[in-house]
Amino acid sequence: MAKWLAVMVITLLTSVLGAAGGTPEALKVGFIYVGPVGDYGWSYAHDQGRKYLETTLPDVQTTYVESVPEGADAERVLTQLARSGHKVIVATSYGYMDTMLKVAERFPDVVFLHCSGHKRRANMGTYFGRMYQASYLTGLVAGTMTQKKRIGYVAPIPIPEVIRITNAFVLGVRAVNPEVNVHVVWTNAWYDPATESEAANSLLDIGADVIATQSDSPAPVQTAERRGAYGVGFNADASKFAPEKHLTSAIWNWGPYYAAAVKQVRAGTWKSTDEWWPIGTGIVGLSPFGPVVVDTLKNLVEQRKQDLIAGRFDVFWGPIKDQSGKLRIAAGEKPADEMLLGMNWFVESVVGTVPK
Amino acid sequence: MELSLVPLLLEAAVRAGTPILLVALGELLAERAGILNLGVEGMMLVGALTGFIVSQQSGEPWIGVLAAAMAGVMLSCVHAFLSISLHANQVGSGLALTIFGTGLSGLLGKSFVGVPAKGFAPIAVPWLADVPLLGRMFFQHDPLVYVAYLLVPGLWVLLYRTRPGLKVRAVGEQPRSADALGISVVVVRYSCVLAGGSAAGLGGAYLSLAYTQMWVDNMTAGRGWIALAMVIFGGWNPVRTALGAYLFGGVQALQLRLQAIGVTVPTYLLMMTPYAFTILALIIASASRARGHVGTPTALGRAYIRGE
Repeated sequence: MAKWLAVMVITLLTSVLGAAGGTPEALKVGFIYVGPVGDYGWSYAHDQGRKYLETTLPDVQTTYVESVPEGADAERVLTQLARSGHKVIVATSYGYMDTMLKVAERFPDVVFLHCSGHKRRANMGTYFGRMYQASYLTGLVAGTMTQKKRIGYVAPIPIPEVIRITNAFVLGVRAVNPEVNVHVVWTNAWYDPATESEAANSLLDIGADVIATQSDSPAPVQTAERRGAYGVGFNADASKFAPEKHLTSAIWNWGPYYAAAVKQVRAGTWKSTDEWWPIGTGIVGLSPFGPVVVDTLKNLVEQRKQDLIAGRFDVFWGPIKDQSGKLRIAAGEKPADEMLLGMNWFVESVVGTVPK
Repeated sequence: MELSLVPLLLEAAVRAGTPILLVALGELLAERAGILNLGVEGMMLVGALTGFIVSQQSGEPWIGVLAAAMAGVMLSCVHAFLSISLHANQVGSGLALTIFGTGLSGLLGKSFVGVPAKGFAPIAVPWLADVPLLGRMFFQHDPLVYVAYLLVPGLWVLLYRTRPGLKVRAVGEQPRSADALGISVVVVRYSCVLAGGSAAGLGGAYLSLAYTQMWVDNMTAGRGWIALAMVIFGGWNPVRTALGAYLFGGVQALQLRLQAIGVTVPTYLLMMTPYAFTILALIIASASRARGHVGTPTALGRAYIRGE
């Protein structure tokens, strides 16, 4: 009872203060994150996007709730955001999908945006970025820089998205040097810096001289630097953690998408769609190169990036073989997004297994 | 597995086992005095953050370590006050501490995410580091690993060969008799819980200053809980607890290395091995306890109220 009273008082207060302080037409946008904004990874990147939204669009007011577990808690938070006047609500984890769909049915006037999911309705759209394209470009750099022809890759949780991005990296490596092996170690956690660091150690122990990661923290890159190996980061720029040996990082840049979506909502032109933005939009990209990356390599990466943007080339165009040498994508075949979304096999040159 | 990897594996076992060991030793001491502290995970996190901040500001990791230990002590004061002075339920108080520590470190640590700081570099121990194989495995680590080496026999001697240690064990077994003999149960228990808190802070600092040199939210990822299990596995004996912690580190290091060299064992099976090991360890420990080999401190988890 007391708790409800407190909630009511707070809601009342915020609405009174909001009405008094903000401009009357301020559009409220709410975000929910699955992890802490302090992860320097996935949720951190989304929160940077939120900040970008707030600074670029006038009269937009944002709220975020971090570390919200998927399931009943998420439903409560989403409902709360919808009730408290948020006109756009953004959920940034795949696991929020069904919960958001349910809440979206109850609030038809609110626009719901769901990251990485595949269920939509009139007032709920999905969005994601083609991170595999950026990952491919980092593979070009790693494949060029390795001398021992052995690259270590720290992977978090075996789902198609992670496998797809790992494969893209390996295809980048193969594009410049097909003799290189990429050893993949799963940590089975999105987020466990010490284990990620130990995974990097295990790869360095077997002689890898470049460490790439797809897990949430920059720990593997830092460990690589400490042991004199090159590092490729993920999610956010890892250069601060490896000033000498950092090659580049594949990074998210959600801000432009959030700004575009909110602009459409405000203009009344927003429609529920499935947005899977390519690298040309800037939603994914590379962090600045480290000091050891020479200009010719930078040019190669830039050229490939332009090919991707212009559509002259894409990462998963055939022929592509899997680990066993079986042809999975025929020469000349351009796989549909459905295939990419369900990818559950490693390309050749990977040493490691997809858990079954 | 390639034979040349074995020394590297053992080196990794020590590295991965050390944070768990440091925390477990502190918990062991508190439990020996009869106080169960489930707040270790929270104290570890606050220690990790404090150590990181102080090291980052001062540029001296040792000052960070000292601050981390102090932070652990301060947090454990809360548990000590609640469970010893107010006779609160130890499970409840400890859990509250973990939740509090997790939240507090996340909140205060916000502006330190993504900031690099100076941490520890490995130091080779003179002479010992040159011993073939063993040198590489045990004596080319960062200094906190050596601190853990010293703490293991230190705690053993304290508990089994000194008068204060005898008092600690007496308080943990029979607080009433100890009280009757003129031992202050309150003083002994406070000292042990506070010392245990400092060790938990140290374990946290190892994560943020040595193992990885950064602060990120919730970076302990459950290591405090593993430490609690290792105390039971070790039968409240520092040497056996150390063995358990290094074994846990070793199993974790092994599964990562098996993956790295591409062994075709189901990966899920490999990934669960450290935890399967923990469960197995607890079963073995409980079974031998049932046969009367190892003793849980008799008064563990029970508040002592004089004259009741």
